[in-house]
Amino acid sequence: MSTRGKGSLFVEPDCDAARQWFREKPKRMSDKVMSVAEAVRRFVADDDYLASGGFGGDRIATALLHEIVRQRRQGLSFAGHTATHDFQILCAGNDTGRGQLLKRVDIAYIIGLEARGLSPHARRVVESGQIELCEWTNYTLALRFQAASMGVPFLPVRGFAGTDTFANSAAARVTCPYTEQELTVVPALWPDVAVIHVHESDCFGNCRIRGTSVSDWHVARAAKKLIVSCERLISNEEIRRDPTATTIPFYCVDAVCHVPCGSYPGNMPYEYYSDEEHLREWLTVERDFEAYLAFVDRLIFRSTDFEEYLNRCCGTAKMQDLRNQELYPS
Amino acid sequence: MTTPTYTPMELMICAAASTLEDGAMVVVGTGAPCAAAMLAQKTTAPNLTLMFEAGGVGPRLPRMPISVGDSRTFYEGLMATSMSDIMETCQRGMVDYTFLGGAQIDAYGNLNSTMIGDNYQQPKVRLPGSGGASDLGSLCWRVLVITPHDRRRFVEKLDFVTTPGYLDGPGAREAAGLPPGSGPYKVITSLAVLGFHEETKRMQLESLHPGVTVEQVQAETGFQLSCRSPLEVTSEPTAAQLETLRRDVDPHRYMIGR
Repeated sequence: MSTRGKGSLFVEPDCDAARQWFREKPKRMSDKVMSVAEAVRRFVADDDYLASGGFGGDRIATALLHEIVRQRRQGLSFAGHTATHDFQILCAGNDTGRGQLLKRVDIAYIIGLEARGLSPHARRVVESGQIELCEWTNYTLALRFQAASMGVPFLPVRGFAGTDTFANSAAARVTCPYTEQELTVVPALWPDVAVIHVHESDCFGNCRIRGTSVSDWHVARAAKKLIVSCERLISNEEIRRDPTATTIPFYCVDAVCHVPCGSYPGNMPYEYYSDEEHLREWLTVERDFEAYLAFVDRLIFRSTDFEEYLNRCCGTAKMQDLRNQELYPS
Repeated sequence: MTTPTYTPMELMICAAASTLEDGAMVVVGTGAPCAAAMLAQKTTAPNLTLMFEAGGVGPRLPRMPISVGDSRTFYEGLMATSMSDIMETCQRGMVDYTFLGGAQIDAYGNLNSTMIGDNYQQPKVRLPGSGGASDLGSLCWRVLVITPHDRRRFVEKLDFVTTPGYLDGPGAREAAGLPPGSGPYKVITSLAVLGFHEETKRMQLESLHPGVTVEQVQAETGFQLSCRSPLEVTSEPTAAQLETLRRDVDPHRYMIGR
């Protein structure tokens, strides 16, 4: 069996370089509240490696993802860790006459929106061969973030071996020095920038997430730059009343954007359910390329901000219905 | 023969539910597996613990989730945790079952959910990829598959091995470093229930659904099947299963309407 998958390593697992970055990262507790446009302008650069929090269509940073597309970032690498609607949004920056937003993708799960079906445009983008791919699984990508958050170059896992998924990854095989068992190891992954949507944050970036954290505890700590969007901006006194509830500390965070309904059309636990009607519209309209171009032109490129998108797609009554579906499912 | 009063999908969900014993732990996805686990919980296995890969544990599912990460996966749940916590609970040996699917399955229960075609760089069809499947298929004790049965899916050779079954035969999982004693357990299809031969690790017929013949199953399978002796007939859904499935599990007929 080959000892190293043939996939490309998009980020070198250099923990000392990461330590140096984190040493120099400003850790003063300063007010980081800014607009989505400013946060993306300042903290997302062309050719960055991007990670997106949540679970594809659940607690995603929609406003920040739209803005990355709207500002036409180019040549990004991306961690596709159950990337569903988030990946679908980013694909609007490829093959739509505005250069190439995505260049390289570490894949665990892309293109599909789970039970809802496959995204025709994401398929077009990926099947055309314009993106360099490397295969992983949800857990091994999560483990790569975990290694990075621990500040070590790799972590072992007992799965993943013997498959073409492994063969097309950049994982490696090692023998355990204690048990002599065969193990797979995965390299640490420090994203240049991560975007995460949270329930509450104070102005310094102390954040609370309710419900499942997916991989965000590690993504937040692994990311060199972190932009959070929040449903509610709360006071530092409120954070201090219940430190147990803090899931991301201020020193990991570079920008805080106040975006109510910011996971729309995705689900936000204890706030609102996913807008299945609108997600279906994305999938349907993508089948017709011309219609799709007009759709993203109107909803993303020509919308000034996320609020405009929200007003176009989801009025007050509909949002109230999504809130009811979330809190009182029947 | 009487006309069945249930659909093939209902039979598959009920057969899958019957394999889950009370007190077991199972990681489920959306769709038929979730319906099967919910049905088991409401009938024969009230203490079945449902887990979802994004971190939901022990929900009182109000209805079927759309995403394995949506908030229904921990609605009135016991815990909302992380994906790593779920996978590591599997890795340390606490999880009995998982349900997986795929575009292709071979005789050793290996699964493909990555691509169709013979060139990885230029696939005929790109599929989503592993997601958590390869992890769960490696780390849970027993893997269950619910799938339609046809030659397009049951193939001699997969275009891509996404998730390990018994790989290329006896001892291969262990040699690859996967936990000993784990692997594919049952494949519940639209025609039959299949298991795996203890020694050869190849898929074999265990029971035929009522009215189905061995020849019919073989004709829809791209590799040679053996039969366990005695070959049985799949139990029909009980009245209680059907009533619960239709009334409480899937009242909107998302799955059973297919």
